[in-house]
Amino acid sequence: MNFDDLIQGFPDLTTTGLAQGSIYALVALGYTLVYGVLRLINFAHSEVFMFGSFAALWTWGIMGYDSNSGRPDLGMALLLILVALVVAALFSGGVAVVLETVAYRPLRKRNAPPLAFLISAIGASFVLAEAMGAVTERRQKGIPSILPNEPLFSAGGWTITPLQLTTFVVALGVMFALDWFVAKTRFGRGIRAVAQDADTAALMGVNKGRVIALVFLLGGLLAGVAGVFFNLKQGNTRFNVGFLIGIKAFSAAVLGGIGNLRGALVGGLLLGLVEAYGAALFGSNWTNVIAFVVLLVLLMFRPTGLLGESLGRARA
Amino acid sequence: MTTDTIKKQRRGLHLGNRFRALPKSARIAALIAFVVLLYVLPVKGFYENLGLPIPAGDGYLPLYTTRSDMANVLFQCGYYILLALGLNVVLGYAGLLDLGFFGFFAVGAYTVALLTSPDSKLITEYNWLESPWPWLVTVPIAVALAMLSGVLLGWPTLRLRGDYLAIVTLGFAEIIRIVAKNQDWILNGDRGIPSVAHPPGTWSDGSPIFGIIDWSPYYWLVLTVIILVIFLIRNLANSRVGRAWVAIREDEDAAELMGVSTFKFKLWAFAIGAAIGGLSGSLWAGQANFVNSATFSLENSILVLAAVVLGGAGSIGGAILGGFLVIYVPEWLRSVGDVFGWPDSVEVFGVHIDVSPTSLRFVIFGALLIVVMIYRPQGLWPNRRRAAELKDRQKEVAPVE
Amino acid sequence: MRQRLARVLGGVAILALVAGGAAACKKDEAPSTGGGTTVSGLKIGFFGALTGDNAGLVTPGKNGAELAIAEYNAANPGADVSLVPFDSQGSPDKAAALATSAVADAKIIGIVGPAFSGESEVANPIFDQAGMPTITQSATRPSLSSKNWKIFHRGVGNDLSQGPAIGRYLKDVAKATKVFIVDDQSAYGTGLRDEVKKILGPVVIGQDKVTEKQQEFGPVVTAVKSSGADAVFYGGYTPEAAPFLKQLRAGGFKGTFIGGDGLYDANMLSVTGKADVEGAIVTCPCGPATAAKGNFVADFKAKFGTDPGVYADVAYDLTKVFLEGFKAGKTTRADMQAFLGTYNGVGSATGVTYKWEANGELDPAQVAVWAFTAKDGAWANPTQIPKS
Repeated sequence: MNFDDLIQGFPDLTTTGLAQGSIYALVALGYTLVYGVLRLINFAHSEVFMFGSFAALWTWGIMGYDSNSGRPDLGMALLLILVALVVAALFSGGVAVVLETVAYRPLRKRNAPPLAFLISAIGASFVLAEAMGAVTERRQKGIPSILPNEPLFSAGGWTITPLQLTTFVVALGVMFALDWFVAKTRFGRGIRAVAQDADTAALMGVNKGRVIALVFLLGGLLAGVAGVFFNLKQGNTRFNVGFLIGIKAFSAAVLGGIGNLRGALVGGLLLGLVEAYGAALFGSNWTNVIAFVVLLVLLMFRPTGLLGESLGRARA
Repeated sequence: MTTDTIKKQRRGLHLGNRFRALPKSARIAALIAFVVLLYVLPVKGFYENLGLPIPAGDGYLPLYTTRSDMANVLFQCGYYILLALGLNVVLGYAGLLDLGFFGFFAVGAYTVALLTSPDSKLITEYNWLESPWPWLVTVPIAVALAMLSGVLLGWPTLRLRGDYLAIVTLGFAEIIRIVAKNQDWILNGDRGIPSVAHPPGTWSDGSPIFGIIDWSPYYWLVLTVIILVIFLIRNLANSRVGRAWVAIREDEDAAELMGVSTFKFKLWAFAIGAAIGGLSGSLWAGQANFVNSATFSLENSILVLAAVVLGGAGSIGGAILGGFLVIYVPEWLRSVGDVFGWPDSVEVFGVHIDVSPTSLRFVIFGALLIVVMIYRPQGLWPNRRRAAELKDRQKEVAPVE
Repeated sequence: MRQRLARVLGGVAILALVAGGAAACKKDEAPSTGGGTTVSGLKIGFFGALTGDNAGLVTPGKNGAELAIAEYNAANPGADVSLVPFDSQGSPDKAAALATSAVADAKIIGIVGPAFSGESEVANPIFDQAGMPTITQSATRPSLSSKNWKIFHRGVGNDLSQGPAIGRYLKDVAKATKVFIVDDQSAYGTGLRDEVKKILGPVVIGQDKVTEKQQEFGPVVTAVKSSGADAVFYGGYTPEAAPFLKQLRAGGFKGTFIGGDGLYDANMLSVTGKADVEGAIVTCPCGPATAAKGNFVADFKAKFGTDPGVYADVAYDLTKVFLEGFKAGKTTRADMQAFLGTYNGVGSATGVTYKWEANGELDPAQVAVWAFTAKDGAWANPTQIPKS
């Protein structure tokens, strides 16, 4: 136990924790969306995220920036991030839709049991990760430094860097956009209807197949966004980065109440904070233990997560 | 169930039915012949007598793993089959999704390693033991400890349902791994515990039966254990306990209402599954010589899960087939590469892509998982009752795609 | 109906696979039995993680070995030595099966590897019992040489030479006064950590541990910053070190960063990036691979399209040791083992004189620990760290 580290680093830990939590939250939303509609742990979602992260890397490569390039000026930096966000989101979204078509849709047509979906997802996860491994020679790839490291403002030991601020703001923005999309639009109504009762929704004229594809697409878009910020924050990517983030994000989704969009956000941020504080208190190697113990204890008292499961039932 | 489905099901399982239609004596004879075949699989002379010389190195013999020692691969299959049998009790019978099953394997393996190695910290640092124990004595302890850890994990968590249970069990396996990884503790982390004892016994010439190079004895041992475990599980499944599990799997609330103490029986399933997992771990440690934290990655738990569902959850034969395939297929894929003139790497847009089967074996394996789930969602060798249930499900599919 | 069709197709496919395999098998056998003489078809095994997380540390070595064999076959008409890769994925539980099958192939006369210490613990007893000579290019756990494996040879110095050298470098060259130590809990990382700590003593002001595959180092960075350290030692491998260093720099840490040979590869430079890796120091009980002697670097680049990575040159030279044995007519394992016992020759790429002690350690006089500094995206300024 190291309380000194915790107290001294508290402001810093809070910002890093929130930034990391934002990434968890973005990926967790993908799990939660699919779970809410299909009651399926989309095990391969972590690889969708990983593809997004590589898409961003390649985009920057094409635009002439690799890990050895100098830092661009602010205008260029924002352009780079914006282009990468769009490309990565679309790429991940595309991968997610293909994944749904190849690995899940045939199963749905046959009304396969939930376990078959899970194994198919695991198989898809192997295929995606290892295929990327073969293409990239299993090498770790460095990410160009894009945003300046100098803190935006610092007051009494509390600093916040441009990257942390951007991550947090974009994650929140995307989250609210999604919330609005699901709550207010026609497509969102379709999603909620299928989540509540797929058969009735189908009888009412909702195209279930299209709604499911849409849900995968949305999850993929968010995972792509997460991939960009993961790159910027962690400074590297690899064919197997998905696994750990996936587990964490799934935990975050469960923590907040799987199937619940706001729950994913709360769960993600909370998990990020718990990890940061826990690492300072017990040492970095215990991070995952702390995360899981917190999850375990929480589930003891709130068996359906912090905010409960409700993609269909509540407002959002 | 309509007669139509029954007919369909008959057609689907005609091989099995034809087998069942044989007289009992013939069935038993066939079974014994099959078991004998299993025992001779790693013996090289067997293949030579069949006129199938085993090629060295790059050669190829259909379905033989030339790049990895056959007896060794079979032993690995063996302990995975045990794991799959254990998880089958938890998942297939009681319907509890356990994503961290390998944790129990770790408990079993570490118990054996700690008690039998002369380099274990129990002896060198803590002085709890005077001298290392023999392997045989530690196996029951390992099984008991695994069972205990199953109960300890199950007690607080079994009240959770479905996917919540999955994430909690996953967390449990991860916690065990991280604790094992810590250098300064008793398990010695990545440095591990060397010189773990082997099972007892010597050949007539005084050399140990369970040596280092020849793996066949380990395979025979694990095969024997598997057969014993099968009898145990079959009896359990046909007992009151087994019926309670099926009731819980089908509808937990209904089972509870009918007076089945669901919590108690779920805990039983957990404990028995964990004990089998621990047994598998202790057998593995008896062979491995060296136990460290690197063995217990989360991917292994996933692989065991894939084994059970691939084979067919709820069916003993399925668990065995699945456990065999998840190890055997990737290992076998290593051997098929050069045979078909498959290139080792191709160049696309100036990027070298390693396409050798060794490198792509998990891509192929993953694709196989998907294909099998699409065409046989009930698994390759399903439990008959479950297969019928699933046939019904398929008929119910809503035509609104 | 469709299901039945699928089943039929599947059956046909399997039959085709088996039959094709059998046919191809026959094709394969014809020339090899026709080849005639006893020395044709000799093989060298390469044992290590060729796929999986740590493949980046091992595949350059495999390529080095391939290059050595290709050159040998080209230079000696009639020679058809081949390399058999054994992909352990770096995990001890896969190692045993592979080692047993390597032993079973009588044409394999020697093994380059096992590349890591953990898998060595499992594989080497098997090799030892079968009398299969091994030379490892990168397993540096000191205890490996004290297990009485006759077949064990190490082509580099072990962690006992490297750890203290890092400590001395920090104290005497970098003049660090506050050192923060981070390790990855691997046998390698903690081994180095313990040796470094022994030398530095009270200079160490803080310590943290990370785990393999960790990506997020925010809390460690915070701890380093609030400790006020002027140097960070990292005991571990590149996959974690590169993002850690990058995040340290992003967090505003300006001091010295130093690590062992686990960080000494091209990936450490390219993943961290030119600007952030600048000034980082790595040590290695080996000379610089990209500055290897002779034509090695150019040949390697021509064959594989990349610069030689870590231990590529060492594996190249060690493979050549075996090949020299073949040339001298040592075509059995026992002969090869005896050949290695008395071997004394200079590696053409590394320039190290290979000569082994009875326990398989490289002659201590040959063990030199070098320090390299990252400069303009390359490992530069190789300087030998003084021995005391």
